[in-house]
Amino acid sequence: MTSLLEVRDLKKYFQTKAGALHAVDGVSFVLEAGKTLGVVGESGCGKTTLGRTVLHLLEPTDGQMFFEGEDITRAKGKELRRLREQMQIIFQDPFSSLDPRKSVSESIMEPLILRGGMPRSEMLSQTRELMDTVGLAARFESSYPHELDGGRRQRIGIARALALRPKFIVCDEPVSALDVSIQAQIINLMLDLQDAMHLAYMFVTHDLSVVKYISDDIMVMYLGQVVEKAPSNELFSDTLHPYSKALLSAIPNPDIEKKTERILLHGEITSPINPKPGCRFMARCRYASEECAMQQSLVECSPGHFVSCCKYDKI
Amino acid sequence: MDENLLEIRNLAVEYRTDDGVIYAVNNVSLSVKKGETIGLVGETGAGKTTIAKSILRILPNPQAKITSGEIFFNGEDVLVLSEKEMRKIRGNKIAMIFQDPMTALNPIETVGYQIAEAISQHNKISNSEAKKRASDMLEMVGIPMDRFSEYPHQFSGGMKQRVVIAVALACNPELLLADEPTTALDVTIQAQVLDMMRSLKARLGTSVVFITHDLGVVAEFCESVAVAYAGEIVEHGTVRDVFMKPAHPYTRGLFGSLPKLESTEPRLKPIKGLMPDPTNLPKGCRFYERCPDAEDGCAERRPDDAEVEPGHMVKCLRVGGGAI
Repeated sequence: MTSLLEVRDLKKYFQTKAGALHAVDGVSFVLEAGKTLGVVGESGCGKTTLGRTVLHLLEPTDGQMFFEGEDITRAKGKELRRLREQMQIIFQDPFSSLDPRKSVSESIMEPLILRGGMPRSEMLSQTRELMDTVGLAARFESSYPHELDGGRRQRIGIARALALRPKFIVCDEPVSALDVSIQAQIINLMLDLQDAMHLAYMFVTHDLSVVKYISDDIMVMYLGQVVEKAPSNELFSDTLHPYSKALLSAIPNPDIEKKTERILLHGEITSPINPKPGCRFMARCRYASEECAMQQSLVECSPGHFVSCCKYDKI
Repeated sequence: MDENLLEIRNLAVEYRTDDGVIYAVNNVSLSVKKGETIGLVGETGAGKTTIAKSILRILPNPQAKITSGEIFFNGEDVLVLSEKEMRKIRGNKIAMIFQDPMTALNPIETVGYQIAEAISQHNKISNSEAKKRASDMLEMVGIPMDRFSEYPHQFSGGMKQRVVIAVALACNPELLLADEPTTALDVTIQAQVLDMMRSLKARLGTSVVFITHDLGVVAEFCESVAVAYAGEIVEHGTVRDVFMKPAHPYTRGLFGSLPKLESTEPRLKPIKGLMPDPTNLPKGCRFYERCPDAEDGCAERRPDDAEVEPGHMVKCLRVGGGAI
């Protein structure tokens, strides 16, 4: 069986005055239909660029991508349009990702109009159906985004992404801009939709408790590279990479009974412009030594659990 | 050490807009002891920032109006002070850290100058003395002194927030109002900043009102907590009491909405519905429409503060009495 999406050694460099900025540097993963891959990391780790490159919103510098077994790395024109029906995106900010001059139903209908080949009455009824699916009451049909709160706006974003019945959706921080009580409503909605429509998600976020909740597998990124990848529960129970450990220990825990020991990182993320060949986390890592300056690679330490650290079994 | 540094009594604030009057803060009473850190939690529109701005009297004028209440700081009602007297308190006795470090600093002045400015504003000292104290402040928040003459754009987000904290603490205030100081930062940087704030607080003995929506941060940083909903404080107590035995249905709902790291439950339990429209608040309990435990009387009667345990206050009819 071929998997839904396979990415091999994907690279995306941006040319800057100071040199090549390695936003995504050799990322590989496989995503099966109906599953969720969580991508976590801090600002500047390349998680958003990864999502956009996979969707061809950015041109990859190097690497290969396969969708249902077909090489889509250099897809263009008609082929790309057909592909985009299958692959959609939900953006972070429901305040800036919607056209302020389009009503709710116009916004949701837009993808259907662009695809064409459907009578208007059919588009209208599908739009109503979509609104119902994402839990938007019919009375909002002719409302404009500024009249709605963040949660409802994000529901519009989800309805737009679902309009063409995709198989794969990149969710770029879809709940970060929402309040906790609304955030929980949207996460539950996304889980229900995944079940009902057999969707695959690539869930990009910096919120680790959300990502654990929704993902089957999680990739932790640091400066454009994957430092650890594991099944969701295993990543939290058996964390191996020093960066993942620090990241997980930094999450403020509302459970006051359980106090975890915090690993405080010193310094900040180093420059992704022309990085040195060795481990990119080296400068902030308390276990760093000479061997870390050598090229690191992802090794499978237990089935499905990959880590990119030469000392993972010694620390 | 048991006296109240800050005491807010029955504060009410309205915003007059074209769409009607927004009742942002309704009858809020809150006190902060010397050296205490209190977390003020709640969602967007709960009135958290309006409370903080009322204390400093920096609400937008003329839209916002304090319609009732008193705010005592060191026993003195700041709401009746003249603007001139108020200016001696702002930034000196009471300082505020704003949420977004990217916009809180002046982009065309060096960071060192901005700290020194705050110091010389409130102290009669020479420029060189102010400069020296400003560099000490920089060191204290963990920024090397040689970055004194750099501009905000040369700093990362976490470093900028450290500068903002240095400006706020420059005059050694008695009360610090921190409005979501770490929300815009990454978790590892947030951990660094919180750690630094914790040690500064211990050293300087500053009282802190920590406004946030992150219950995890409250658990780690605060001693007591007040939960705001639709312009009211619905629950107030020590972090231990409120987190272990949340009594208000809204507080319980907030905890249920959080994805927990240890949990294996397949679904989150969100609070249904949305916050009520602040121009048209419900007559009875503000949380009535979203409350899973609502009873008949809740729509009509306005709950009063009820004490479930000493020092643990709840505004819920099912827990205590209320007026019709």
